[in-house]
Amino acid sequence: MQKQKKNRCIMINGVSIYEILTLTSIMFFIGVYGFFTRKNLIAMLVSVELILNSAAVNFVIINKYMFPGKLGGDIFSIFIIAVAAAETALALAIIINLYRLIMSVKTKDLETMKY
Amino acid sequence: MERVFFYFIAVAIIVFAFMAVTNRNMMRSIIYLLFVLIGVSSIYFMIEYNFLGAVQLTVYAGGIIILYINSIMLIEKIGTPMEKVKTVRKVVAGIISVFGLALTLFAIYSYPFQTVKSGNVTTVSQIGQALLGYGNNGYVLPFEVISILLLAAMVGAIMIAKTEKK
Repeated sequence: MQKQKKNRCIMINGVSIYEILTLTSIMFFIGVYGFFTRKNLIAMLVSVELILNSAAVNFVIINKYMFPGKLGGDIFSIFIIAVAAAETALALAIIINLYRLIMSVKTKDLETMKY
Repeated sequence: MERVFFYFIAVAIIVFAFMAVTNRNMMRSIIYLLFVLIGVSSIYFMIEYNFLGAVQLTVYAGGIIILYINSIMLIEKIGTPMEKVKTVRKVVAGIISVFGLALTLFAIYSYPFQTVKSGNVTTVSQIGQALLGYGNNGYVLPFEVISILLLAAMVGAIMIAKTEKK
């Protein structure tokens, strides 16, 4: 039992790095598509979340498949998550404040950030 | 078995991501984003980065989604759908995205990744020692930078959201 656990390979069995990178690329460009098409500020933030998440998965996967003894990708994924949380909180604070001023969150109504 | 599970998760992530950027109801779009984030955390669990998967679940699926839902409830009526996107805009954005995707996939598939097999399991104590270590393989400088960034973000959010009394 113990030996079996030791010999087990930690990478996902039968899944190569190419397939996971394909998945994250598709996710990234779905985010880009949403960023181009959406006209609502919160919906654009959702697309940014998708992009950031696919980048974080790339960090982790490349760390695991190519440099399994090191921790760089893991740690920087944690940093990406922290930065994303800070960015979301700040952006939502700005959006709510903007809604108080002009009663809209659509991009076409935003002509100036100065009040 | 793991392969089948991975493909299931991958298809679910792609479908829900697409629905998150195309659905016209804001609340539903956020819930689809929640499903995408849970799928990503299950990928982290599959390669046994348990701490990272737990962080993804708590911070993203727990914290950020709740922030989004709260601000939507503050801003819009939940039932009103967003306005339709023009077809020209959709087509142009689709062409740009597909072109970028093709370029990226070409770059990925033409590069020979040298994968290494190993049975290392990353434990939480290893991550903690790496986060606060200052020797080789130590990451204490980015850790301090990120803590200052979080402090600045907190102060900034309070400053922005504060109402001025007139």
